[in-house]
Amino acid sequence: MSTNNGKPKVGVYVCHCGTNIAHTVDVEQVRDWAAQALGAEGVVIARDYKFMCSSPGQELIEKDIKELGLERVVVAACSPHLHEMTFRNASKRAGLNPYLTELASIREQVSWVHTDKGLATEKAKAVVAGAVERVVKNEPLDEIKVPIHPATLVVGGGITGIQAALEIANAGYKVYLVEREPSIGGHMAQFDKTFPTLDCAACILTPRMFETGMHPNIELLTWSEVTQVAGYVGNFTVTIKKKPRYLKEELCTGCRICVEKCPKKVIDHVYEAGIGYRKAIYTSSAQAVPKFPVIDTANCNFFQKGTCKVCEKSCPTNAIDYEQKEQFLKVDVGNIILATGYDLFDARRVSNYGYGRLANVFTSIEFERMCNAAGPTSGKIVLRDGQTTPKTVGIIHCVGSRDRNYNNYCSSICCMQSLKFAHLVKERTGATVYDFYIDMRTPMKSYDEFYQRVLEEGTLFVRGKVAQVSDAARNAQEEGKLIIQVEDTLVGKQRRIPVDMVILSTGMQPRHDAKEVGKLFGIGCSSDGWFTEKHAKLDPVATMTEGVLIAGTAAGPKDIPASVAQGSAAAARVLNLIMRHEVTLEPIKAIIKQWQCSGCRICNGLCPFNAISFRAERRVSEINPALCQGCGTCVAACPAGAISGSGFSNDQILAQIDGLLMDVNPVSA
Amino acid sequence: MSKPKFAMYWSGSCGGCEIAVINIHEKILDVDANFEVAFWPVAVDAKVKDVEALADGDILLTLWNGSIRNEENEHMAHLLRRKSKLLVAFGSCATEGCVPGLANLSPLSEIIDTAYTTLTTDNPNNIRPQHVTKVPEGEISIPVLKDRVYTLAQVVDVDYFMPGCPPESHQIAAVIDLVIQVLQGKAELPPKGAVIGAGSSTVCEDCPRKRNVKSIKAFHRIQEIAPLDPELCILEQGIPCNGPATRSGCNARCPRVGAQCIGCYGPAEGVVDYGARLLTAFASVIDANEPEEIERILDGIPDPAGQFYRFNLADSLFRAGAPAFKN
Repeated sequence: MSTNNGKPKVGVYVCHCGTNIAHTVDVEQVRDWAAQALGAEGVVIARDYKFMCSSPGQELIEKDIKELGLERVVVAACSPHLHEMTFRNASKRAGLNPYLTELASIREQVSWVHTDKGLATEKAKAVVAGAVERVVKNEPLDEIKVPIHPATLVVGGGITGIQAALEIANAGYKVYLVEREPSIGGHMAQFDKTFPTLDCAACILTPRMFETGMHPNIELLTWSEVTQVAGYVGNFTVTIKKKPRYLKEELCTGCRICVEKCPKKVIDHVYEAGIGYRKAIYTSSAQAVPKFPVIDTANCNFFQKGTCKVCEKSCPTNAIDYEQKEQFLKVDVGNIILATGYDLFDARRVSNYGYGRLANVFTSIEFERMCNAAGPTSGKIVLRDGQTTPKTVGIIHCVGSRDRNYNNYCSSICCMQSLKFAHLVKERTGATVYDFYIDMRTPMKSYDEFYQRVLEEGTLFVRGKVAQVSDAARNAQEEGKLIIQVEDTLVGKQRRIPVDMVILSTGMQPRHDAKEVGKLFGIGCSSDGWFTEKHAKLDPVATMTEGVLIAGTAAGPKDIPASVAQGSAAAARVLNLIMRHEVTLEPIKAIIKQWQCSGCRICNGLCPFNAISFRAERRVSEINPALCQGCGTCVAACPAGAISGSGFSNDQILAQIDGLLMDVNPVSA
Repeated sequence: MSKPKFAMYWSGSCGGCEIAVINIHEKILDVDANFEVAFWPVAVDAKVKDVEALADGDILLTLWNGSIRNEENEHMAHLLRRKSKLLVAFGSCATEGCVPGLANLSPLSEIIDTAYTTLTTDNPNNIRPQHVTKVPEGEISIPVLKDRVYTLAQVVDVDYFMPGCPPESHQIAAVIDLVIQVLQGKAELPPKGAVIGAGSSTVCEDCPRKRNVKSIKAFHRIQEIAPLDPELCILEQGIPCNGPATRSGCNARCPRVGAQCIGCYGPAEGVVDYGARLLTAFASVIDANEPEEIERILDGIPDPAGQFYRFNLADSLFRAGAPAFKN
């Protein structure tokens, strides 16, 4: 290799990306400019190609590395997020250290965000110049391989979390399943029937719950929450808070005598959705897994007034322990699956539908509990008085969804849920059912057939968004009824339809604490609040944080089959990693230059991965390279400049800025 | 054999650096023993024309203290650069602009207006200094101020940098010792561009105070909280101490006596912008998440420019505030 003005030989490759880039950037001009203007910076060859990421595109680079002896490569194409690995691997195949290849994003940062071709081309040149000046300063880095801990943490014990846990456990690997409620089962455990097959939810779910509870590879941690996550893919250390149940699980047989004897009845706002009761010591249902009850201290006579202790007296195994304290467990896991589910939209927010004010307006979850044979009405569909069977029922779709006042998105399950309700009302009461929809969305397997069935059963469909539910009668017919005011858009008329009962098909919402949970696990949320996937189409269960996966409704509204599929998909991703036994980490790490560190400890509390420790005896701070994820937080914070990030040195960054500012002359458009 | 020549010059600065040199006490005799003082306006009587008469590179060592404020400073810098083998930026003003550099926050016109019109100024005719003034005897001139304050290295090539406001006497003595040893062939000069007479770490290195993981809930001015815990890190007590970002070399003089470091030894090795470094460091250890709370804590630093750039604005990435550039 001959000398090149003392600079490493750089090859620049400008991608058209079909027309994605070429439509807005004059690719040939960028190529020619790079070859001429950047010659002094070390560029010896500049080429363009229709699709650099294609095999012939990559081969172009490999050939030049071998034949021209390129020592650095700049690919001006899409964002590093998409193809950095592609081109690093191409360089690697040709014998060049992969970290001597840089991607200049002229698609996401140039062609996609600009319209003026002249100006966009000038900006593309600047971005390329920045990458060239930077890549010259790059140093070869070696990938780091670390072993993967074979255990997995699954957060959320709904059907998605259960599915994921069982898949992994059945493959022979340990799973910690953390659930914040006393029992696993999630929302599905509250339902009666599942669409479109009308399987009984409990019949298909409880065997899975039971299997999960009994599985030798699954450690069930219910009534528990994750409080801290440290580490990185393959090697997380997770702190879990186990809330006190006030009973010794090792002694409890699950006989529920304590529940029966407990004198304190409380409205159950969680499992029974506010329309049923439970005791102050309770399990969510008779099928709860695990079987151990929990004392609700806010409502327990003993905890509130100091007397009672009926549960303690009645327990045949002396399992009750009023002194129990919360416990903190630390577990090591290699991967984490977040299946934290959804919250129901609060129907009170749509005040014109009267929920909470008009007694016989019900939410979908209330109706689910009402239909459930084990629910508060033993499966009878009745009005709020608990006795009267309705003669006419109105079901309203899209409550809180597809509405710019609440949530813009479609909650995806409400149409089918409403159709299921229509069917159940018909089947059990013979009532006249009106179904108010905006658009009917029944796209999955056997869904539209179910819609046809409900149509044939005689449910009356009204296409239109309901304006108001009121009890203000205008005539004798409306007296004592709930009146649904709606524009029937198929007829083109305003209608007032009197009914006995209204069911609001409420949508799904991100968990109220999704943002904090995302922060805890180092992942982000979309503007709607759902966890963000790594790639919406091609990587729907991965996140930007390696080793943290998402599944089910935590990532957006879904029905049961889709949630289960995602649970399995996330498990497959985890098993894939576990079975590789080791994970390759990016060698982008922060290093503390010991002779420059004065031990001021500014950095000590900042590391999100707890990689920094203070060596009191030498009065310096140190970074554990296995824990460091190269985020750069400490590099920015070190006041002494004693910490540098490999791959992101001051030299590299300043060189890149120099390059970016190289071509500041505005062109006449 | 004639002794090698030594020079020291004073440009835009307070003069403290000159005093610091004298403060090395009897060591000053070593300077006299080993050097011929060719030019040192404070100490010996020599004229600029004497320097001009010297051959280029005739002076072995010139210690330059002061910033480049006016054209005369710049002219002298070029002259002494030419005549000196080793030119040392001596003290904070020469290396990084120091307090005179804070003038770079304001446009020149405003600086002059402030100096000649404030209430305490007796200037009934509203006179402004002129470059050339006609007097009965002829014309007299004073140097024109430059658009902003420059460091020595922004004007001429500098061999070594010696930080401090002023440099500590023991560090000056050590540097003089080193040069004498080099003359005697007993030591080698450090690489060009090196910072001499200072450490490579920060003030915390020499500070005996106990330090913990930091989390700051409020910043105070030192007079607002008394007494200070004599054992504990000053920054942890909420006093914005610049020690963590400031180059070691002073033996942590101020923190040792219970005063916060104000940063006169400049940035540590490899730091591009002292103020930005310190700013991110302070911001990193503020213990708050709500924007209003963060604002409230930051309000505890009433003069951010003075806090973070007191000594190095002229040498910072900014060089000067935006108004000064508009001038």
